[in-house]
Formats: sequence, structure tokens, C-alpha cells
Amino acid sequence: MDPFTCLEAIAMPLSIPNVDTDQIIPARFLARARSEGFGDVLFHDLRFAQDGSPKPDFVINRREFASARILIGDVNFGCGSSREHAVWALADFGFRCVIAPSFGDIFRNNCFKNGLLPVSLPAERAAMLRKLVENRPGLSIQVDLPKQTIIGPDGAIDSFPIDFFRKRLLIEGVEEIAFTLGLEASIRAFERAYEEEFPWSRGWGE
Amino acid sequence: MSANANADAARTLFDKVWSRHAVIVRQDGATLLYIDVHLIHEVSRPSFKALFDRNLKVRRPDRTLATPDHYVPTLGREQPAAALSYPHREIVEALTANTHATGIGLFGLDDARQGIVHVIGPEQGLSQPGMVIVCGDSHTSTHGALGAFAFGIGNSEVEHVFATQTLWQAKPRNMRVTLDGRLGAQVHSKDLILALIAKIGAGGGAGHVIEYAGEAVRSMSIESRLTVCNMSIEAGARAGMVAPDEVTFQYLSGRPFAPSGADWDRALAHWRSLPSDDGAVFDTEVSLDAGAIAPMVTWGTSPQDALAITESVPDPAREPALERRIEMQRALEYMGLIPGTRLEAIEIDRVFIGSCTNSRIEDLRAAAKIVQGARAAVPSVVVPGSTPVKRQAEAEGLDRIFIAAGFEWRSAGCSMCVGINGDLVEPRQRCASTSNRNFVGRQGVDARTHLMSPVMAAAAAITGRLTDVRRLAGEK
Repeated sequence: MDPFTCLEAIAMPLSIPNVDTDQIIPARFLARARSEGFGDVLFHDLRFAQDGSPKPDFVINRREFASARILIGDVNFGCGSSREHAVWALADFGFRCVIAPSFGDIFRNNCFKNGLLPVSLPAERAAMLRKLVENRPGLSIQVDLPKQTIIGPDGAIDSFPIDFFRKRLLIEGVEEIAFTLGLEASIRAFERAYEEEFPWSRGWGE
Repeated sequence: MSANANADAARTLFDKVWSRHAVIVRQDGATLLYIDVHLIHEVSRPSFKALFDRNLKVRRPDRTLATPDHYVPTLGREQPAAALSYPHREIVEALTANTHATGIGLFGLDDARQGIVHVIGPEQGLSQPGMVIVCGDSHTSTHGALGAFAFGIGNSEVEHVFATQTLWQAKPRNMRVTLDGRLGAQVHSKDLILALIAKIGAGGGAGHVIEYAGEAVRSMSIESRLTVCNMSIEAGARAGMVAPDEVTFQYLSGRPFAPSGADWDRALAHWRSLPSDDGAVFDTEVSLDAGAIAPMVTWGTSPQDALAITESVPDPAREPALERRIEMQRALEYMGLIPGTRLEAIEIDRVFIGSCTNSRIEDLRAAAKIVQGARAAVPSVVVPGSTPVKRQAEAEGLDRIFIAAGFEWRSAGCSMCVGINGDLVEPRQRCASTSNRNFVGRQGVDARTHLMSPVMAAAAAITGRLTDVRRLAGEK
């Protein structure tokens, strides 16, 4: 995974609360292989009319936001289905950071696995940032993960909370499975004691 | 550092399950959690590919179980699977190939135990109190009804569990939802969970594990509890749990994967130690009077948009908060509804009874009672949650009741809840559905979903509009 440290990029507002992962990527596109990419179907039904033409008023279709790398959403962003395709679609489109007052738990976990930084800011501040970039499209936001700060186009600095472990994995671009496989001895020791205590839960063979 | 540092303090059910599965607790709070049971379905295909690309193995195939449910056809299943032709058959077949290659057990399309993954876990006795259960599916919260900590994960996490049988997790907070009183006639656990989501919101449980407590939960069957825990994710919660009790033990006893003999006695002793201690502190407390709940239906595009069937479509103009007003307007436009319309006046185009929320035998029995002797006014389908549920229903003659009323009687799968097997609601059609999500486009492009209980869906099928089942049941 590519490390994530600092980012300065154009931010795109999406002022819709409870954006579920079905809206981020409708289920009919899940059959695709990962290698085919999902950026072209990101927000598909919000983005395209029935005849396949882009809806001009949907924010992602506006030229000013074509190179946006930061998305500013509203409450409970990414709720619903666990499909990681939602994060893949955002990442494949080019987003590297999503700012929102709150996130669906599974979506947020999926973000970390794909180098997409989920940043929680208070609802009022997220609304203010959306308004700023809506009123003057093309404005940038600075994200500093080591310092855990967001610098808005108004120059105001907000700090954001982040799980220390997740932060380290992102900054160092750590391969998480390889990292955990390095702890095999601990896992095996745990497993032995656990299965002795709860022999009935030992698995069921083939 | 020790996982049992707080062993002396009063602990919740969730605290106990969490700490017993902590392989490593880092100084920064990250916990490596051991996974008892890993359930998979065919949508986990990218996780197999990623695993194989790295030359990794499934560490514990014996703790992993697979069944196809999302892409499976619900028609024509009397034929052998090899003879069936259906869209995305290659995805279902990839599950067969991948499980064979890795030694993972499979309840395939021809297996008498096949079904929706969240129906078969409890049905087979795989989902047990005190376990940590994961699946690449958000409705994994269902299994918490047995007293397990069960949660949905993404494809990368599925791969991590394949390779290590563990997951790195930050510990969620504890929420207790106390459901006092008892549900009234024709009011079901689906109504209760919809009422709760309407109260706390679609993000109201975020970052929390909900423990459901109180008289209404204790007096519920396991199947009703499964419905409540299933939709915990629609309140944004990481998981839902119910403390194991005699109802749980009785349910599990004798099931194929449940412990037996001396193991049963040991398991029982452990399970009895799991309920939250007196004085255990919950970060958040919510209570709801179950006796005051009426049959519920949704009117919008989030499960939080739920109202009693006796109410009318809400008016955004009366909503003080601007953002909520816009959200409501957008939802009503999508749903094609006019504020002030009585919910009972809304005509529907079709009915779907099924999904991991409401497709178990009790759901089908309750719906059949409403349907018996009547005639469906709109196209209606029943999709049992598993092949064993289907067989049981047929043994009881429920299939004949549904078929006589004009319903289609299908084979087990996720079907019209997510529609990726081709069981879709047409654009602008209105569906009375027992599923869990009324999201925009969920049941098909521009499909309009109204969530409700199986008896409410049965009543809607008969009248062709949203209907208070209590009136219909009273007429019988």
C-alpha cells in the first residue's frame, strides 16, 4: 500500500447525509474483477441519467472538481453494505481522503486498507468546508496526517482524531497481513490455550 | 496490557467476549482479535484472488464455512446445479472451486443445507454464545442474537482472516437498548427494530455494540431476536447482541454443529457466565416501550424513515432543520409520495417476503396465517431463507397456502433484497418488502421500497396497498 502522509488537493462537496455504499456503487457492478477498476461507476446512479449521459448538476460531473482528491461528505458517510468496492471506486476515481462528521464503521475500516484517509470533523466544520468549496469551486484543503490536522481554504486549522495504530500503518505504508503473519507465534499460543478451554469450538473439519 | 486487566470490574456481555478473544492488546489500544467462525459467500471472490496472488493459504479452513446466496437463482432449482443457466453463474462456481482448493467446507447450490449465510449459521448451530463471528457482509450482526459478537467486514479483512484467523480492531463502545413491555398482537420484532432505528437514527449506534435487554427481548424467540440483531447495522451499530438464556440453549440443543455430550455441559457452564454483570456500565443507554409500538412501515430511503402504519407521509415543510428538510424532499421525490397522504392509502405494485431479516420458518408461518384463504392483489414472491426452511415450510403445507393465494414459491437466496441475481423490482415500481434496506436503487434502479414485517407484507399483498395488518387479522 502507498504511504499516506500529507496531501494538498482540490476538495469536492457532497452535501447528502447518510450516503450508503449502494449509492457509492450500486450492487450490479460488484461482479467486476478488481483489476477492471470501479472509478467509472463511482456514484453511478447519482452521476448518470438512464441513457448513460452525465447529469450536469451532480457535483462529480462539474469540470471545476475534475481533479478533486478530497471529498467532503455529510453524516454517516458510507453506511450500509460492507462492499469494499465503495472504497475501491473512490480510490480508483482518484480520491485519497474523505472528510465527514461520521462514517459507517465498516466503510471506515475498508478505507484504511486502501490508503484512503477517513477524517472525522465536527458537523458544523464539515458543513462550513462544504460551503466554502461550493461557493468557490477549485479551492484546496491541506491534510497533514502526522500532525492530524486539516487546513481549510479559510486558513483555519482543525485537528482530527485517529486511531494511532491505523495512523502508523498508513504513514509507513505497512502491509497489514504480512505484519500480522509476523505474529504467528502469539496467535498459535493463544489458539492452543483457547481451544483447550473451549474444545467444542475447535472447528468442524472438512 | 493484560486482556483481563478489568476482570474484577463489572463487565458487559460484549466486554467478556471481546477480552477472551484478545490475542494481543497493543499500548495504543489496537487489539488483535481471534475469530471463531468465518462465514463466506460468493461475493468474497476478490479476497480469494488477493490471497492466491500473494501465495498465502487459508490458515483455518476448519473454522471457515461457505455457502452461495447473493447470486443464486431462486427459480429452477429442482434441476441439478450443473444444469442451471443463470447470470453470473461463474461467480457461484468460483466459490466451489476456491473452497475446494483451500479445504473450506461448502454448502453448495445442490446441498440440502444451502441458504442465506445469516440464516444457516444459527440454523446449523454454528453460531454460538461467546463466539466472535465475521463475514464479508454487513448483516453478520444477525448472529449476535445467540450471544456472539458478530460483525461485517470488507474484502481486505476477509483476506486477513483467511491468512491469520484474526483481525485488528479498535474496541467499540457499549450501548444498552432496554425494551420494556411486550409486543402487541400482530406486532413483531421487525416493527420493534424499525421503531428503534427511527428513534436513534441510521447513525445512532455508530461505534457501538448494542446489547438488547428487557422483557420484550427475553420473551422473544431466537428467530425474532435474529431479526432485531440483523438490523442493528441499519442503526449504524458495529453489532447487536442478546445475552444467552434458556431460550438460546434450547434453540441450540441438538443442532448439527452445536456441542454435544460432555462438551455440551462444559459449553453450557461457559455460556451461563456470559450475561452482563449487575452494575456493568454502558457508555450509552436507550429505552423503548415495546408495548406502545404499532406495526411500522418506511416511507423514505433510509431505514430511519419509519412510521406507524396509522400515520401519514410526513411533510418536509414542518421540519425545522434545513438539511433534514432537503433530505426528506429528496426521499419523497424518489419514492413518488405526497406529504399528508395516509400511509394506508399508498398502493403497491409487488411484494417480497424474504432476506436474512425475515425469511425464517416463524416469519413464513406468520405470513401464511394472514394469507390463508385470501388472494394476492399484486405479484408477490416468497423466498425462504434456506433450503431447510423451505423443506420445513413445505412439510407444514405453507407453500400450498402461498401458492393458492397466488404467491410465487421460490428457492433460498438473497433474491430481491439486493437483486444481483436478477430478482429485481422494476423502475418506479413500489415494493412492500420484508428486507432490511430501502436505499435508493437497492432493489433495482429507481425501485421504491417500503420495509415492513412479514405479516404486514402479507396484508399488503392481499389489499394491494400498505395495510394495518391488525384490521385484516381482526376480520379473519
